[in-house]
Amino acid sequence: MSETGLPTTDGRRLIAAARRRDLLFAGIGLAVLFVATAVLLALVLDLVLTGAPHIDLDFLTSYPSRRASRAGILPAWVGSALVMLVTAALAIPFGIAAGLYLEEYAPRNRVTDVIEINITNLAGVPSIIYGLLALGVFVYGFRLGETILVAGMVLALLVLPVIVVATREALRSIPREVREAAFALGADKWQTVSMYLLPAARPGILTGIIVALARAIGETAPLVTIGALTFIAFLPPPPITAQPPFVSFEWLGSPFTVLPIQMFNWISRPQAAFHELAAAAGVVLLVMTLAMNGLAIYIRYRARRLLG
Amino acid sequence: MAGSLPPADGVLASGIRPSPEFLARRRLKDRIMRGLLFAAASLSVLVTLAIVYVLASESLAFFRHVGLVAFLTDTQWTPLFAEPHYGILPLLAGTVTISAIALSVAIPAGTVLALYLSEYADSRLREVVKPLLEMLAGVPTVVFGYFALLFVTPLLRRLFPDLPGFNMLSPGLVMGVMILPYIVSLSEDAMRAVPDALREGAYALGYTRLQTAVRVVLPAALSGVTAAYLLGMARAVGETMVVAIAAGQNPNFTFNPLEGAATITTYIVQVSLGDVAYGTIAYQSIFAAALTLFLLTLAFNVLGFFLRRRFREVY
Repeated sequence: MSETGLPTTDGRRLIAAARRRDLLFAGIGLAVLFVATAVLLALVLDLVLTGAPHIDLDFLTSYPSRRASRAGILPAWVGSALVMLVTAALAIPFGIAAGLYLEEYAPRNRVTDVIEINITNLAGVPSIIYGLLALGVFVYGFRLGETILVAGMVLALLVLPVIVVATREALRSIPREVREAAFALGADKWQTVSMYLLPAARPGILTGIIVALARAIGETAPLVTIGALTFIAFLPPPPITAQPPFVSFEWLGSPFTVLPIQMFNWISRPQAAFHELAAAAGVVLLVMTLAMNGLAIYIRYRARRLLG
Repeated sequence: MAGSLPPADGVLASGIRPSPEFLARRRLKDRIMRGLLFAAASLSVLVTLAIVYVLASESLAFFRHVGLVAFLTDTQWTPLFAEPHYGILPLLAGTVTISAIALSVAIPAGTVLALYLSEYADSRLREVVKPLLEMLAGVPTVVFGYFALLFVTPLLRRLFPDLPGFNMLSPGLVMGVMILPYIVSLSEDAMRAVPDALREGAYALGYTRLQTAVRVVLPAALSGVTAAYLLGMARAVGETMVVAIAAGQNPNFTFNPLEGAATITTYIVQVSLGDVAYGTIAYQSIFAAALTLFLLTLAFNVLGFFLRRRFREVY
């Protein structure tokens, strides 16, 4: 039948076999997707089923204790919040500024190349190496000690590339006409950047900031190396005081613990009761990071819909 | 005045010229901002230099006590013992074994998933899966560690009753799932960058989706996909918490995944958790271990960077 242009029986068999393989691969793809989802689900369920019963007001307002039934995560979440404050205060301005420079100002030359390759590279350096950087430079070199300030600084360095990349991508998606229109109206570079580009890039930058902070809040290894204490039964001095000038920065120099370190500490103990507490701390941590990532995805989704 | 020349610098449409002081102030501000932004961008170079300096200077002090040959060939790593040995091989063996397990999960699964998402899945499914993968990537590593030690290891013990509580298999498998999102998202980006004309040509020749995916898209995206694998490797060797929690902290010169072993990163954690004084050999040894790790990941990252740059240039 081949002279009619229709496939021969052999040809038909080959086509049928190729189609079967095609469907088989589609099945494998779906199966992999299913397994990955199942693992994520198992992880969340295991953590929630073990940990959630332990989460109550006492758990959130108690200090860690040698007795599992009385232990809580008060210093851990306060520590996490304060460390995040430092990280955000450093990483956000520096990250946006670096992104702005590379995308809007940087001339095409070797210096720019070096900076770009360097940022790509920094994003791939293992987090524990940042911890050793902090140990060698901040803790011993600058004699800052094992404090909230150092923890915030090291996490800021760690997530800086995330904010830089997000800022650049957000700026790149702004049409060139916006810049040209601003220049045509007589605006100079900085006016264009501050009045038109930054506002237009806001959703993208915000997404990057949230993803970066979500990563910082769950990061453990670099804080272990700077010797974040794992048994802390006190709170850092409060940032707001009753006497003028009403703000105090004493907390920056305070020893601390954070949620992931507290969780690590409880996992490392042999008793099952502490493992359950670790799960509870894990639930709190997971809820925070997933909520932050979800928010970032939502902001990006909405911004994309607005742009059409 | 249609067709006239554009106004000269600073002349407003109304014809009013801003005062020279205003323009000078504005120019100054512009320059200051440019300088500040440049300084922020250069900070990253400073960070790299600081990392290299810290690792190199402490390692140098370390190698004054320990020969490079002993470091690279001794099969024991016992810095905290009375008679210390400083052979990096056991730590490297642990790192390599666990990374190999992780990659043997993440690379096949990641490639299949990326091909599926880029060539088979419709856009609605992709809209659901991509955020799901981002969520997976956002889970803190310490949570994955908990999962490896207290969920996966007990599960594996039903298969292998002799499996010790600390072993390399469980953290390896969990780490594979952990780096899966990175491999999928980077490979899929590379696959989607393949021009549709190539796909259409393949379909016109009668290729099925699978044949198109494997014979046309995958080869065309190969450098980007390889870059994704390399970044996955860099992540695997540098991962700390999963391993520190679930693989044990005993330096053990073995490639058997059913045994526990320390990796480079767990050694650093172990020393950091103890009371090691500044300036001792034990203190310096974590920097020598970290330098080894840094050079490993740097090699993967640089290779990946150039591969990705190449795949960008092709189209």
